[in-house]
Amino acid sequence: MTNSIWRDVRFWRIALQLVAVFLAAVVVVILWGNLQRNLRQLGIPFGFDFLKQQASFDIGETLISYKPTDTYSYALWVGLINSLRVAIAGIFLTTIVGISAGIARLSDNWLVRNIAMVYVEVFRNTPLLLQLLFWYFAVFLSFPKTENKISLWGFIGISQNGLELPWFNLSPEFSTLLLGLTFYTGAFIAEIVRGGIQSVPKGQWEAARSLGLKPGLVMRLVVFPQALRVIIPPLTSQYLNLTKNTSLAIAIGYPDIYFVASTTFNQTGKAVEVILLIMFTYLTLSLTISVVMNLFNRSVQIKER
Amino acid sequence: MRNSALILAIAPLVCAIAACSDSGQTASTSGTPGSNPAAPATQNRWNNIKRRAQIICGVSGEVPGFSFVGTDGKYSGIDVDVCRAIAAALFDNPDAVEFRNLNSKERFTALQTGEVDVLSRNTTWTLSRDTSVGLEFAPVVFYDGQAIMVRKNSNIKSLADLKDKAICVQTGTTTEQNLADQMRKRGITYKPVVFEDVNVAFATYAEGRCDGITADRSALVSRGTILPKPEDNVILNEVISSEPLAPAVAKGDVKWGDAVKWVVYSLVKAEELGITSQNIGQFATSTDPDVKRFLGTEGNLGEGLGLTNDFAARIIKHVGNYGEIYDRNLGPKTKLNLARGQNQLWSKGGLLYSPPFR
Repeated sequence: MTNSIWRDVRFWRIALQLVAVFLAAVVVVILWGNLQRNLRQLGIPFGFDFLKQQASFDIGETLISYKPTDTYSYALWVGLINSLRVAIAGIFLTTIVGISAGIARLSDNWLVRNIAMVYVEVFRNTPLLLQLLFWYFAVFLSFPKTENKISLWGFIGISQNGLELPWFNLSPEFSTLLLGLTFYTGAFIAEIVRGGIQSVPKGQWEAARSLGLKPGLVMRLVVFPQALRVIIPPLTSQYLNLTKNTSLAIAIGYPDIYFVASTTFNQTGKAVEVILLIMFTYLTLSLTISVVMNLFNRSVQIKER
Repeated sequence: MRNSALILAIAPLVCAIAACSDSGQTASTSGTPGSNPAAPATQNRWNNIKRRAQIICGVSGEVPGFSFVGTDGKYSGIDVDVCRAIAAALFDNPDAVEFRNLNSKERFTALQTGEVDVLSRNTTWTLSRDTSVGLEFAPVVFYDGQAIMVRKNSNIKSLADLKDKAICVQTGTTTEQNLADQMRKRGITYKPVVFEDVNVAFATYAEGRCDGITADRSALVSRGTILPKPEDNVILNEVISSEPLAPAVAKGDVKWGDAVKWVVYSLVKAEELGITSQNIGQFATSTDPDVKRFLGTEGNLGEGLGLTNDFAARIIKHVGNYGEIYDRNLGPKTKLNLARGQNQLWSKGGLLYSPPFR
C-alpha cells in the first residue's frame, strides 16, 4: 500500500503511453509547421475554399446528375458514389467468387479442384494493375463495335461500349474494374475460405456425417458456420483491399473519386488539400467497413454461456 | 482501464488540432512583416545550379517533336532544345542538362518542390497556374490550339457530329476543361473517357473504344505518327482553344526566372537578326550595334542577368536560333511536318516577338 508511485505498474502503463502520444504530437506539429512554412515560401495559400468553385470538367459516368457547372465538392461526391458503386458490387461478387473457389479447392472432383487451384494461383500472383489492363484491352475492347454487337437471348448486348441490359448499361470501364477487382480479390478470399474450412476439426465432419447429413448439408450446416469464425477477420482485410484498390480506376478511365480528385488537384494546384481530403475519404470508408465487419464477426463467434 | 484507454486515444487528436491552429496563427502573422520570404530560396536555387554545373529540366519524354527519347537513347524535341539552350547560356555546354520525365500530374509539384529547376514540357500558360499553382512562365515557345482527332471512315466531320460519342482525354491537362467548355457552349452532350496515362489514352482510341481523341493539335500530329495506322486518322479543322505552351519556373525565383525568360527571347531575337549556328562566326565582326549588344561584344547586358555577356552567342552557337530549332524538330523534314503558322516571326505574320536587347 505504501509503495511509491514509481513502482506502480499502472502508473507506468499510462505514463509511457502519454510519452508516446506526446512524441507523436511533436512530430505532427513539426511536420505541419514545415508544411506551412514551405507553402508560404512558395506563395501558395492553404485552404479548402476552392471546393466551392465551379468544377468545369465533365465526368463520363455518373449515377446522379452532374453538369460541369457544379462545384468541385459536388464533383468529388459524384466520384465517391462511383467508387462506392464499384466497391459494393465488388464486395458482393467477390464474396461469391471467393467462397465458391475456396470450397472448390477442397472438392473431391479432380477437375474442379485443379481449375480452382489454377484460378487462385494465376490471379493471386500477378499484379492487379496488369490484370485490369488485360481485362480492358484484351477482353472488353476486343468485343465487336457497337454496330455489330453480340446479342444474347435478344435482350443482352455485348460490344465495345460494354454490356447492354434492358434496364441499364455497364460501361467497359466499370465492367473492367468490377471484374478485375472481383477476380483478383476472390483469389485471396478463396485461400482464406479454404484455410478456414480446413481449420474445422475433423471430428465435426465425422459427427455431421454420422448423423446422416448429405455432403452439401454437412458443409452448409456444420462446417461452414464454424469456419466463418476463422474466415471473417482476414476477409475484412480483403474487403478493405478491394475498396482501396478501386483507386486504380484512373488507369482504365473509370471516373472514381481518385480520378475526380486528381483532376481537381490539377486544375486548382491544391495538392496538399486534395491529398488530405482523399486520405480522409478512404480512411472513413475503411473504418466503416471494419466496424460493420467487426459487428458481424461478433455475431458469429462462440457465445460463452 | 477502458476509460483511460479512450482518453489516451483522444489525446493526440486534441493535441494535434490545438497545435495545428496555433502554428497556423504564427504562420499568418509572421508572413506579413517579412514581405520577401522567398528571397533566400532564390539565391539558393541560383547557387545550387551553379554548384552542380548542370540544370535539371522536367520534360514529358512522350511527345515526339517536343520531347522524346529516340532509339539512340537521346532526348530530342523543341522542349528539350529550350533546356539545352539554358544550359548553353549558363555553362557554355548544351549537354549540362539532366532530363526528368514528368507526367501531367507530377509536373507542377516537381517544380514547386524544387525537384526540377525548370519545366519545359508543353505546358499551357494559364492565369490560375500563374497565381494559385505558383508558377512563373517564360515566354511562349509554341502557340498551339486544342483539336480533336477522329477516324477517317467515321463520318465525323465537325464537333456537332460528336454528339453522344465517346471522346478519349488525358487527365491533368487544360484539355479536359476546354472540351467541357466548348461542348457546353454548343450544347453537345458527349461521353469523356479520361485516362491518366497518355499511352493508354491513345491505345484506347486506337482500339476503337473512343470515336475521337482530344489534345493539343501538335500533340495529336505528333502522337498520330506513332499510331498503328496513322493514315486512317484525321484531325478536325475546328480548334477549340488557344494553348500557348511555355517553359516555367517556380514563383519567387526572380533571377532564375529572368535568365530563362531571356534565353527564350534570344532564340527569337537571333532569328530576327538572321544569326544562325552556321553563320554566327561572320557576325563577330559586325558593326551593327543591335547585333553587337546581342552577342555581347558591346555593353554588359548578360552580366545584368547574372550570366556572361556572350550568353546569347553561346546559345546560338550550340543550339541554333528559334527557326533552326523548329525546323529540326517540327519542320517539313520531320515526320510531323507542322507549318510554322502562328509560330512564325511577327515580321512574317506570326506571333513571335522579342523585346529589345538593350
